[in-house]
Parts: sequence; structure tokens; C-alpha cells
Amino acid sequence: MLDFLTEFPSLGRRDLSALRQGIDESFRTFSRAYGEQLEAFFNPLLKFLVWFQDLLTDAPWPLVILVIAALTWFGARSWKITGGTIIAFLLIGIFDMWEDTMATLAMISVATFLCIAIGIPLGILMARWDRAQALITPVLDVMQTIPSFVYLIPVVMLLGIGKVPGLLAVCIYALPPIVRLTNLGIRLVDREVMEAAEAFGASYRQKLFGVQIPLALPNIFAGVNQTIMMALSMVVIASMIGVQGLGVPVLRAISNQYLALGLMNGLAIVALAIIFDRVSQTYGKRLQAYRETGRE
Amino acid sequence: MSDEEPKVRIKELYKIFGDNPKAALGDVRGGMTKSELLEQKSHVLGLRDINLDIPGRKIQVIMGLSGSGKSTLIRHLNRLIEPTSGEIWVDGEDVLAMNEKALRDLRRFKMSMVFQKFGLLPHRTVQENVEYGLGIQGVDAAEAAERAAKWIVRVGLAGFEGHYPGQLSGGMQQRVGLARALATDAEILLMDEAFSALDPLIRTDMQTILLELQEELHKTIIFITHDLDEALRIGDRIAILRDGEIIQASDPQDILMNPADAYITDFIQDVNRAKVVRMRSIMGPAGPAQGAPVAPGETIEEALQKLHSAPDGCCPVTVDGEIRGTVGIDAAIRALKAPGTASAHYS
Repeated sequence: MLDFLTEFPSLGRRDLSALRQGIDESFRTFSRAYGEQLEAFFNPLLKFLVWFQDLLTDAPWPLVILVIAALTWFGARSWKITGGTIIAFLLIGIFDMWEDTMATLAMISVATFLCIAIGIPLGILMARWDRAQALITPVLDVMQTIPSFVYLIPVVMLLGIGKVPGLLAVCIYALPPIVRLTNLGIRLVDREVMEAAEAFGASYRQKLFGVQIPLALPNIFAGVNQTIMMALSMVVIASMIGVQGLGVPVLRAISNQYLALGLMNGLAIVALAIIFDRVSQTYGKRLQAYRETGRE
Repeated sequence: MSDEEPKVRIKELYKIFGDNPKAALGDVRGGMTKSELLEQKSHVLGLRDINLDIPGRKIQVIMGLSGSGKSTLIRHLNRLIEPTSGEIWVDGEDVLAMNEKALRDLRRFKMSMVFQKFGLLPHRTVQENVEYGLGIQGVDAAEAAERAAKWIVRVGLAGFEGHYPGQLSGGMQQRVGLARALATDAEILLMDEAFSALDPLIRTDMQTILLELQEELHKTIIFITHDLDEALRIGDRIAILRDGEIIQASDPQDILMNPADAYITDFIQDVNRAKVVRMRSIMGPAGPAQGAPVAPGETIEEALQKLHSAPDGCCPVTVDGEIRGTVGIDAAIRALKAPGTASAHYS
């Protein structure tokens, strides 16, 4: 009797291992059956990622810096940020981290693009139907809190080691903020303004593209910013499943206790993060210039 | 007033807010009051048995204090709110029978709306805001720009085309709202407390602008307000709403001279009658009069000088030189006193 209270009446060891084996086995069967198809499905993505990475590493470095500086200027319209970006990339080159940085840059860009392409429509869906919101929110919660290593297991089982599973892992982690903030931004649009649009006979599309999305843009941009930051924070973990880039030397530094190597590559990731963050934030701010014009 | 078909007709309209309004409707029809309904059924009575014929090309004011249901009522006309029961007809068309597309066309082409809190698009400039309704109608960009520019000038905002709403004062923002509503060329203009958020001087300005525009445009304007002075100034007809019911719907002079009940009598108590009571309301049959002629539309204040200088205290009321009646200074003075005040024993 007392045993029952002090020892939790758990499933027996044998039952549990049978259960685990059953799950593992069926997933293995699933991945054997559909692994190739899935790989084929993601093949275009892989090709694009490889192409983009090659483009960045093969192009002459001054040209790459020039393009990045131009993009920074276009986004932020600030000499300080543009200058800082150029200096950061020159330093990265001097310390021989150019190729790894380009690989990471390619990865982050593609991951962000993917997250935006999936996340914004999902957010719009959630804003339109409360049911969709009730359904998707817990999934996002799981995606954000589950330890990344846990979902690396099935991803690797399905797709093996390489760029695509790495990209998926990054996206799983980085997708939630853009979805959440798109949904929130649309829901926060002033009711008076929405009523006016309704009263003028706007259709759902006209309301969405003419009113809701433009007014939600600051929030959507905060989401993009968060997504980029979270993608960058996954670089080291992604390198464990064969993603090239700045994560690889960091991983090597961890296992060999190379302080300087870890620090340098870590700082390169920080530099990328700061550049992405400043550019996307100032761009987001510029989008809502109308808000800053002094109301008495 | 006239025999022609009303532009907008509201018939037996009920609106009940709550979980099961249809069930509560029976109780309301059975005579349950607003407070009983709230207490016993936890439903809120929005509108009760509203019947109103709104003539075309006139300004119909719907007046009531907050909570009287006036904003709810105006939102039924373009179905921003769905009624619990009743009928709404616009130009002989049943608005409640309209499908989504027909309703959208009604909102796009026939009715436009001006809001108390303006409802402007903060991310668009004045010019783009005024173009908004035209864009939704599908008018091409060049024409929309041209038509919007015209209305921006008409409401006195020339030079502000490139400003954002956030950069403008409340009065200017509402001019944008008015221009946006007028630009669609809709015949019916719904104005929901359009000037209530503005301070008094600006409000008077906006009323003047509206009256000037109306003199030329002759739109059917349905104007919601809680301000009696505003109602009397701009209304061709006034309907007074209390607790979701219309208690008097008439022309302003009639409401001033023959208030339907104690509530309205109370309401019109503080009105400056010299400024609102007109000769046609106090004139008697044509008779001997030695004073200068006055027009039927003149207020007591405007006519007082002529009445005073008439040797017998009487002036003829004339239209184009033709005598319509006679008005005496005694009648004018009597009319300055609000009805019900002589023996003010109502509570």
C-alpha cells in the first residue's frame, strides 16, 4: 500500500521499451518508405541553397562587400550602419572567416526567406479565423520551447545529415515569431479604421492589402527581425548536423578548448546579428514614418 | 411633407444584443422594457420598433443622448450591424435581402459614411485618403486623383494633400473624412456624430461647410448627433431617439412648438428660441399689418427689428411679394417662452 504512494505506478520497463521500439520502428518504416520522396521534395530548396552559397563564395569579395553595403544603405539609409557593416566584413575577411561567413549568410538568408514565405500567410490565416489561431498557437508554443536536439532526431532520421535538415531545424525554431507578430499586428489594427474600410465597401482582399497589412507592417517587421535573430542563434546547433558555416569552427573550438577560434567565430556571428538587426529595425521604423510626425 | 417615395425607409426595426436575440424579441414585442429585459434575460435592447421615412435630398437628423441607440441605428442602414427584425429599404430596394455583392455595391456607390473618430487611414496621405473610396470602386488612378483633388479644395484643404492624418488637427482630419465621403459621389451620406469630437468653434465651421455643400449637392444626409443646437441648425427633419425608441420625428419647428412629451419639453428647454423659431411657425392668417414684410424662414431674432418698428406691431409674411400670413410682436414674444414652462409641473 505504501509502495503505491511512494513509487509512482509507472508502466513496466518491458512495456515502455516495447512502446518506444514500436514508435521508433514505425517512424523508421515511414522514413524508409517516404524518405526519398521527401528528399526529392526538398531538392529544389537544396539546389537553391547550394547555388546561393556558391554565388556568395565564388564572387569576388569586393563585389560582395559592395552589394552588402548597398543593401544596407537601401535598408537603413544610415552612413554609420553602412560603414560599420563594411568594416565588419573586412575584419571577417582579414581573420580568414570569409567562406564560413558567406555560408552562414546564405543559410540565414534562405531560412529567413522561407520563414517569411510560410509565416506571414499563416499569421494572416490566424488573424482571420479564431479557430486557426486556437489550432496554431499551441503548435508554435511547442516549436519554440521543445529542445532543438529533440526535433533534430526525426529530421536527421528522415533526411539524413546535410544542409536541408539543418535548414529545417533552423526554420522550426525561427518561424514562430513572424507568425505570431503577423497575427498580432493584424488584430491590433484600429477598429475604427476597419469599420471605415467596411463602410466604403472594401472586399476582404482590399481590407487585407489596403489596410491591415500596411498598418501591421511595423509588427510584421519586428517579427522578421526576431526570426533572423533566432535563425542566427541556431547556427552552431545546425552545424552539428552538417551545415557549413561559422558554427563548424565554433563546434570544433568547443570540443578542443580553442578559446581564440571560438571567440573569433562567435564574434563574427554577433557581427552578422547586429548588422541584420540594425538594418531590419531601421527599415521597419522608416516604414512607419507617418506615425512620428508630430501630433499635438 | 411630400408624396414622393422616401429615399430611405425603416420599418419596424428591432435590434437586441445578446446570446439569443430572436428569443428575446418576443418579450420585447410583448412590452418588456429595456431595464426588465436586461434584468430578466441579460439582453440589451438596442432599438425598438423604429419606423422612419427619410426624404431624399434633405438632412435628416437623428438625435439622442448616449445610449439611445442612434449610432446603432445608422449602422443598420448600410448593414454594418444586422438587425434582429425589421425592414430597411433604400430607393425601393430591400437592403436586408441583398447578398454580399449587392451590399458591397450599396456601400461603394450609394452610401458613404463619415465617422466620429474620423476613421482615416493613418498610413495614407490626405490625397490618398480621399481617393480611398474611388480606389475601391475601381476608378482608375488618374481620374481618382483628379476627383479627390477637387474635393480636397472644396473642403478647404488645398495645400495639405501630402500630409498624413496624424499631422492634422481634428477639424482638418474631419474635413478629410468629409471629402473622402463626398468623393465617391454617393447619393446618401451617413454622418455618425461627425462633428461631436470637435471643439465648438470648429464644429460651427464644419456645420457651415456642410450646409454650403448641401445647398449645391442636395444629398440625402442622415446626421447623428447628441447636440440639439446642431440638430436645429442643420436638420430639415429631426427624429428624437430615447432608449432605442423614436419619441418624435418631425420638422424642427414642429418639435419646438409642439414637443411630444415631457422628455422633449425638457430637452428643448435651454434652446435659444430667438435663433431657431421661424416666422412660419408663429404666423397667423393674413390680416391688416403695417410693418415691413418678413420671410417665413426668418428667425424671431432676425425679424424682431421689423416687428418692433411696425406701428401696429404686425408684419406681413411674404414669399415673392405674395402675402402668406401675418405675424405680430406679441406672438413673437410668446414664442420665446418654451412650451410647458408656464406651469412647469411635469417631473
